[in-house]
Amino acid sequence: MLLIPCPFCGPRSEDEFTFGGDATLVTPKEEGNIEAAADHIFLRDNPKGWHKEYWVHRYGCRRWMIVVRHTVTHKIKSVSLATAINQ
Amino acid sequence: MRYSLFSIARHALNSHKGWTEAWKKPPLQKQYDVVIIGGGGHGLATAYYLAKFNNNLRVAVLEKGWIGGGNTGRNTTGIRSNYFLTENAKFYDHSLKLWENLTQELNFNLMFSQRGMVSLCHSSSDGERLATRYNALRLNDIDGDTLTLDQLKIMLPDLNYSPAARFPISGAVIQRRAGVARHDAVAWGFARAASRLGVDIIENCEVTNIDISKNCVTSIQTSKGNVACEKIGICVAGHTSEIARMVGLKLPMETHLLQAMVTEPVKPFLNTLVVSPALHCYISQTDKGEILIGGGIDGYNSYSQRGTWPKIEEIVSGAISMFPRLRGLRLMRTWAGIMDMTMDGAPIIGQTPIKHLYINGGWCIGGFKAIPGAGWCFAQTILNDQPHPLTEPFSLDRFRTGRLLSESGAGNQPHKQ
Repeated sequence: MLLIPCPFCGPRSEDEFTFGGDATLVTPKEEGNIEAAADHIFLRDNPKGWHKEYWVHRYGCRRWMIVVRHTVTHKIKSVSLATAINQ
Repeated sequence: MRYSLFSIARHALNSHKGWTEAWKKPPLQKQYDVVIIGGGGHGLATAYYLAKFNNNLRVAVLEKGWIGGGNTGRNTTGIRSNYFLTENAKFYDHSLKLWENLTQELNFNLMFSQRGMVSLCHSSSDGERLATRYNALRLNDIDGDTLTLDQLKIMLPDLNYSPAARFPISGAVIQRRAGVARHDAVAWGFARAASRLGVDIIENCEVTNIDISKNCVTSIQTSKGNVACEKIGICVAGHTSEIARMVGLKLPMETHLLQAMVTEPVKPFLNTLVVSPALHCYISQTDKGEILIGGGIDGYNSYSQRGTWPKIEEIVSGAISMFPRLRGLRLMRTWAGIMDMTMDGAPIIGQTPIKHLYINGGWCIGGFKAIPGAGWCFAQTILNDQPHPLTEPFSLDRFRTGRLLSESGAGNQPHKQ
């Protein structure tokens, strides 16, 4: 069970959060490149190790945040607010 | 040695001291024609069919841990082919047909029991959706039936039929040929049968790298040394991304946890599999009497093979909503496996951009039932270096061509998040 340190609400149970997926994906700038678009939508690094990912504190402050979490130990290295998403 | 009533009698005369091990433990050779990575059901089935179709091939199965220690020993043993999309239906029904004769073929009792699978409807729209799916089944020559509430009450008297239930039951559909098999026996049976055909099964042998020259596979590096090989098949669902990373391939999948659990054993009261799509929960009773319960994935990337508490609570609450009498039982064990969740919920079987490297993975939450079918098709894909017609739609390039196989209820489809 995860205990996620929310920057606003402090350490809270994973029950209050919703997972939002891989936070390293960057929307391709070039338009009309279908292969790049397909790769962006479907391909994932899926690392066995540290994973940068979105979570939203749905039953708390409702803010989106970026969590760096280990996919084997589930340890959380850092949490920051997702302010400027992939700009 | 063949297992039979006669062999039991013969060994009984010798106080059962003459039984030999089910599969051999040969040392790793320096060279093979085909190396299969992963000694689970899929890897062993692939090796078995490779050796069966061409017995001159030198085939090795490399397993990081022990045979049947991964997802093959962690699933909820359900076998069915009630898929809506024609591509899925044809492939999974081919697999189901192989299951029906597999105990005889492998000469190993898989305890395959076609006890049927009931899917519950909780509303008229639920009923229409499932009726559409089961009509599609019948158009594909696969058995499927609808059950009225009265028929269902005779079959499953312990379900919660109260109109005050959170999701009142309005009817059901059933695939009578669906069933269960003993999952360990599937791994052991394929391992034994493959070994008898000359396949080398190497346990405790981890693959560390794959060597490629001129975009073609040349050899494989393992914790027990390097092996030259012509072709490599990847059958490591859960870790497919990790193996693909060795050759610079990025795949359309995420690795997620799926949990299952059993209660303490009770007298038999449930002789089918029951699933409620609305409650995200499915239940069966094992031959030992335990109530086996499964549900959806935990919901975030993980390779940890251990589930978390909130999901157990959610799955158990679904089970109790279906069968209120389970309320008093205690859970005896819970466990988790890790799934390749593909972006459309369908598996990936076939060639890769690298010559002679083949992939069998992305099984999402339903790889167990596909073991014989996928082994059969994947072996032919490797032998002929071209996709088998049944698995051609499951090619890796469908994510670029747009021919996705998005079947509802087959996977989490993370790209829709």
